[in-house]
Amino acid sequence: MNDAITNALDDVVDVLRSPLGLLAVTLIGYQLGRKLQNRLGGHAIAQPVLVAIVIVGAWITLLDVEYDDYVSATQMIAFWLGPATVALAVPLHRQAGRLTGFVVPMLVAVVVGAAVSIVSAVLIARALGADDRLEKTLTAKSATTPVAIAVTDAVGGIAPVAAVLVILIGVFGAVVGPATLNLLRIRDRRARGLAVGAVSHGVGASRMLQEDETEGAFAGLSMGLSALAISILVPLLAVVLF
Amino acid sequence: MIAGLTWLVGFQLLGELVVRVLDLPVPGPVVGMLLLFAYLRLRRYDDSGSIVIAGSGLLRHLQLFFIPAGVGVVAFASVLGRDVLPVTVAVLGSWFLGLVVVGWTAVGLERLLGRPRDDLGDPPAEAAA
Repeated sequence: MNDAITNALDDVVDVLRSPLGLLAVTLIGYQLGRKLQNRLGGHAIAQPVLVAIVIVGAWITLLDVEYDDYVSATQMIAFWLGPATVALAVPLHRQAGRLTGFVVPMLVAVVVGAAVSIVSAVLIARALGADDRLEKTLTAKSATTPVAIAVTDAVGGIAPVAAVLVILIGVFGAVVGPATLNLLRIRDRRARGLAVGAVSHGVGASRMLQEDETEGAFAGLSMGLSALAISILVPLLAVVLF
Repeated sequence: MIAGLTWLVGFQLLGELVVRVLDLPVPGPVVGMLLLFAYLRLRRYDDSGSIVIAGSGLLRHLQLFFIPAGVGVVAFASVLGRDVLPVTVAVLGSWFLGLVVVGWTAVGLERLLGRPRDDLGDPPAEAAA
């Protein structure tokens, strides 16, 4: 009798740990995040991606699932990040009229901003006594994940740590970005999108898209331009910094 | 929907090819985004087209696609170990400085060029008082 119950329990756990179970908990976590966001009237902390990460993180820890197994189970979700990034051209196209008179400010701001992000991260970490490899790991943290990993590898940092920092800074920007811009009195929607996309890449852009199409469009463009600026600037600045 | 998704995957593929052939330091989807933008402009693509419908549909759920990478935070959080404090301060500090510099540089240059914008409408409460 007891054996029957134990066997049944084992079966349940097996199914929950299967690729289907992991895919399901990811989708359910995301839906719960959206529900919570609606319930809280769109409160900034209730970003669906943040809620889902907490739920799924607890879930795979509880069921003792390896992260690599989770990644391969959810490949079909992660796959759509590529086409969705391409799709950022759509809001940009719809808002293209807003580019008039903004191209020069935009390009200068992104390049200067990338340089400030890189140098300040390294110098603050050095002042607080972080070791050399960690300083190098911080250089590309505001770029989108594939760029951050490639740049960090090339400069001699720890790529998996950089990938984690990239996500954390993205989620952080999605939560506090708009409120910080209000404090800074930045009231041009193009500049607002540009600033968040530059420091919090695609996750920041996803928040700006919820706020306003112009902000989302410029955040997406800013993510792309910043990725380019960071990948060019890090090797150059590394000569001076390290 | 499927027609639009096919276009998006097609432009991602094109971006990937350009990156590989020209050995560019940016991800394929980012180049795909810029190529698609040029295509939409040149075609004067309108809002009822399949690319706009599929693209808007995907972007509405952009956060969903970041979850698998985000869960990696749980798996790798321990890697930071004793360096948690300097890393946290450095990351947050440089995030804030980057945001300020990008925002204020863009707005400042607009003003210099004589084309500032205020999109938020109502002035802040204290200014109105």
